Amino acid sequence: MTDLSNRPIVSLGQRPKLLEMAGISKVFNGTVTALDGMNLTLNEGDFLSLLGPSGCGKSTALRLIAGLMRPTTGRILWTGAHDRGDIGVVFQEPTLMPWATVAKNVWLPFRLRGQSFASVKERIATALELVGLEKFHDAYPRELSGGMKMRVSIARAFVTDPRLILMDEPFAALDEITRQKLNNDLLALKDKIGCTVIFVTHSVFESVFLSDRIVVMAARPGRVVQEIAIDAPYPRDMEFRTSSAYAAHTHVVSDALRVAIGDQTHDHL
Amino acid sequence: MTISDPAYDAEEARRARNRRIEAVARWALPLAVVMLTLWGWNWFSNSSQTRGMIFPEPAKVWARFVTDQGMLFASLLVTLKITFMALGIAIVGGVLLAILFTQSRFAELVFFPYAVVLQVTPIVSIAPLIFIYVQDPLARVLICAWIVAFFPILSNTTLGLKSTDSNLRDLYAIYGATWWQKLLFLQLPSAAPYFLGGLRIAGGLALIGAIVAEYVAGISGSGSGLAFRILEASYRLNYPRMFAALIMIAVVGVIIFAATTFISWFFLRKWHESALSRDQ
Repeated sequence: MTDLSNRPIVSLGQRPKLLEMAGISKVFNGTVTALDGMNLTLNEGDFLSLLGPSGCGKSTALRLIAGLMRPTTGRILWTGAHDRGDIGVVFQEPTLMPWATVAKNVWLPFRLRGQSFASVKERIATALELVGLEKFHDAYPRELSGGMKMRVSIARAFVTDPRLILMDEPFAALDEITRQKLNNDLLALKDKIGCTVIFVTHSVFESVFLSDRIVVMAARPGRVVQEIAIDAPYPRDMEFRTSSAYAAHTHVVSDALRVAIGDQTHDHL
Repeated sequence: MTISDPAYDAEEARRARNRRIEAVARWALPLAVVMLTLWGWNWFSNSSQTRGMIFPEPAKVWARFVTDQGMLFASLLVTLKITFMALGIAIVGGVLLAILFTQSRFAELVFFPYAVVLQVTPIVSIAPLIFIYVQDPLARVLICAWIVAFFPILSNTTLGLKSTDSNLRDLYAIYGATWWQKLLFLQLPSAAPYFLGGLRIAGGLALIGAIVAEYVAGISGSGSGLAFRILEASYRLNYPRMFAALIMIAVVGVIIFAATTFISWFFLRKWHESALSRDQ
């Protein structure tokens, strides 16, 4: 298989379940509750955003799903067999190995499974083409701009065609213009390969533009307060960004977020 | 050179002129200083009859070097052999210990103090003891040189192995990387710039360690390296030969430094800040 699979986008209610978080809590050091009783069902093809203020446990949720830590209580249930290669990750930093070329960086997930560079060469080339970096195959990360590095990071996350891609505020450190461009390109990419994404963000606008499900979270203790469906059809483009539907959605999500943050300030009083 | 292009302003013209001056001065200045030093040395030696006896002029040193070159180069080989063997053992030992330290916090807690003690105790004060307990003439000198050379490798490599990017560590964990994969593909490449920095220091120290050990071994005849030649020449009041051997040691030190600097540049030239030129 040299091509990334091309799965059609199924409408929200009909997608098969991919994983379920049942009553997940995470307590650090026996005292700090980072996440309290989180329930979440993720379906194949979802683009789900976790939206909330700092300290709401969204990154903790991501790390739990990635298997980097274990929940204090509750279980994460994957549909079917789950092994570690099922997940691709994009961090806030591009997290590339500076000593390796772009192609060698994208090779990493294969390399760690013991697959030689030659045997996956074409898949790497395809992934780089999909993020528009086919000309930078042999470049070193230092030669790339911040946005391009992030594209390499994204290519590395989906090159193995994982069941789930986790993105932890990937565009937060980029300038607004690069960010919008990458938002557009990410949706185009998802349209092509039909992956499942959990996307952590602070930005209401970004979450509405990208996702079909937004899970709004509140802090202290980190918890889910509301889930909002964004039913605008894909593909979404600049037209959607300026539409009244987009404005209406951002309004709803902003209100929900305000309630979530309001809860938090209330806790302090 | 006249500049007719109006876009080429005065500031740019000055910058271009400075670049041309620097290109020449880079070679010409150090060369001029070397010539000046030799001239000053020559003048100083010849300024009085008695001074020339104990402070021979460059020509005398050179003549002695030419006459004694067979013996001096044979001694040089002995010193070089010890230097590079010690450096080799320091590299292997330092890197392996550093890996052990990063794998086990307890290993570091237990053994690192000993490494520091070996480092801070002057080698001249340990060497006589080593010569009492170790009989093999090569082994004693080697141990001294190794003690001096291995610490920078150990401490730098340990630091490097610990400075891997935490997100990359997470990424490797998510992909289920094995211990070997993490070490080979992530930790060792991250530590390379630190290790190479340590190597540049250790190269020079291995030479110093070898020389000091030869001095302490001295008359006991355990070697006929360059340091021993200096000692021997001093007993015979052969000052030109002392200078010749001294200059050889200095040149070897410079060559070792240049070689380790080149090695460092060679491995880092594609990606590490330290090896990149500014305009890239």
